[in-house]
Amino acid sequence: MSITPFTQHTGVVAPLLRDNIDTDAIIPSREMKRVSKQGLGEGLFAAWRYTLPGGREPQSDFVLNQGDYTGASILLAGQNFGCGSSREHAVWALREFGIRAIIASSFGSIFYNNCVRNGLLPIPLDAAQVELLAERVVRDPQQQRITIDLPAQTLALAAEPEGILSFDIREGDKQMLVEGLDGIALTLKHAEAIDAFEAQDKQQRPWVYL
Amino acid sequence: MAGKTLYDKLWENHLVEQREDGSALIYIDRHLLHEVTSPQAFEGLRLAGRQPWRRDANLAVPDHNVPTDSAERAGGVAGIADPVSKLQVQTLDDNCEAFDIVEIDINDVRQGIVHVVGPEQGATLPGMTVVCGDSHTSTHGALGALAHGIGTSEVEHVLATQCLVQTKMKNLLVRVDGKLLPGVTAKDVALAIIGEIGTAGGTGYAIEFGGEVVRGLSMEGRMTLCNMSIEAGARMGMVAVDDVTLDYVRGRTYAPQGEQWDQAVAAWRDLHSEEDAVFDQVVVLQGEAIRPQVTWGTSPEMVLPIDGTVPDPAQIDDPTRRAATERALVYMGLKAGQSITDIPADKVFIGSCTNSRIEDLRAAAAVVKGRKVAASVKEALVVPGSGLVKQQAEAEGLDRIFIEAGLQWREPGCSMCLAMNADKLGPGEHCASTSNRNFEGRQGIGGRTHLVSPAMAAAAAISGHFVDVSTWEEA
Repeated sequence: MSITPFTQHTGVVAPLLRDNIDTDAIIPSREMKRVSKQGLGEGLFAAWRYTLPGGREPQSDFVLNQGDYTGASILLAGQNFGCGSSREHAVWALREFGIRAIIASSFGSIFYNNCVRNGLLPIPLDAAQVELLAERVVRDPQQQRITIDLPAQTLALAAEPEGILSFDIREGDKQMLVEGLDGIALTLKHAEAIDAFEAQDKQQRPWVYL
Repeated sequence: MAGKTLYDKLWENHLVEQREDGSALIYIDRHLLHEVTSPQAFEGLRLAGRQPWRRDANLAVPDHNVPTDSAERAGGVAGIADPVSKLQVQTLDDNCEAFDIVEIDINDVRQGIVHVVGPEQGATLPGMTVVCGDSHTSTHGALGALAHGIGTSEVEHVLATQCLVQTKMKNLLVRVDGKLLPGVTAKDVALAIIGEIGTAGGTGYAIEFGGEVVRGLSMEGRMTLCNMSIEAGARMGMVAVDDVTLDYVRGRTYAPQGEQWDQAVAAWRDLHSEEDAVFDQVVVLQGEAIRPQVTWGTSPEMVLPIDGTVPDPAQIDDPTRRAATERALVYMGLKAGQSITDIPADKVFIGSCTNSRIEDLRAAAAVVKGRKVAASVKEALVVPGSGLVKQQAEAEGLDRIFIEAGLQWREPGCSMCLAMNADKLGPGEHCASTSNRNFEGRQGIGGRTHLVSPAMAAAAAISGHFVDVSTWEEA
């Protein structure tokens, strides 16, 4: 599968400053009943985004429905974003909607891994930094875009390029995102090591290999 | 140097290769699959022309979408009314056949919720690494296994390579000392822990549950506890191997036998943290202090003892928490200061991978025996976790007790836990639920979930509202 590489990105930022935004909220189970990865963007945040359950009429007070945030490609959120269910449908829905990066004070760990494998960049910043960014952004969302430089591990408001913030990411995850790599192909390069592990382990734990 | 924790040992036993950036290639012993998170993984294999690395490491069972109504269920896959549910279950069947993977299908008596079936079949064994495209895979840690949920890309990765790229977590010991009071169960312990450390409290950690209370729990109770590790933010939770574990595993279908059993037991006896092991963090709860728990909000950390009152946002200083509380009260239709015991139970759900094992059903049956479900309760479901649990319960006459009390006795599956099948809450309905998540809309659009133990759910069914099962006597 080809994954869109992530190097630099500048985009409109939508603040959704709640804690514990779970994957059921990102995509309710009723919206993920399909066997492909396509067509999930419509169900993104369905319960908050539409006026009626199962409907498609926009709920005007939801941030992604407001004109100021048209074309948003970056989300700002509180702690534990993506907690709960392991459903990767949440990430596929975000990507199809056009989200490229999520800045939050922490992430659910399964969700984080799912992001990295789909070209969606999770950026952990501390809560105070997230709030500060949100304050700036709401003044003029279309002008206060954020520029992210993944190879340099930095981000800044496009209008205030001097206010650079750095963020952490594991080297392997960064490489996967920057190069849009297929994780399976990478692991299969180590097939000999896996074979060797199995050969030795079969002697020690034969009951695992029935 | 400090001794190893159980997690350290499990990690080292499966380490294929350590990488420079701190990540590692970890070998996966057991991969469980279900119909919701696997179709895109099989499709990925197909597109790349790949085959499963080791077929016998995989075991599949449909659970999320299967109907629990006996009449609908009798028709097998073809009889599933919802076309998309049918498509997902059929796709699992097709993929398992195409890739030669063992599947316990919808018509098999062993079918059930993947986290009930795995241990029940002995497909999950102590010392194994166990993964599944479902966050409640942490359940299997109860057997002294390293078990956690994964996304669909990782499902594909495990199918193709039998490995995962992982970073080692920090060690968190949650110790529950002392004893539990009557009427207090593993579910109450799990909720009390989440109330204590919060839904992000375990983020970045592997949890080991220990202490006298945990040692005293049955395997079913330990599974309930480990199941909800993810609700505390930890991908995995585990319990050291002891005689309770070995007694549970002995004789199960996929468990080793004869000489190999003895060899396995010798290895499994080492699956505990060393006395001088150092944990990065330790949380201690006192068993006697834990009361039956009820969640009042839309996150599992929004939980109170049964004698509590709904919190008042005005008393909360932190603005984010205050806003979250206000939001939750509106969604849940509750008022600040309201007693938990004043909350009605419009529906009751006894089931899910958290609480659908035989011990859970026995506890619920003991409460409802000889009583009747309150007239105000619209629907009360009992959904056994597997066909074998159902058989056992029927052999013990539990089904009769439930039916005579006015509860419905259903076919095994995930049921009302997640609103993917026909069992759902309607808008505004309060549910006494033995499941694991009280998120907005989790059990149905606008549904209001209150997480409780099976005994508490049963007592709510009889009373029509939440009551303290430990002191409760029906008037």
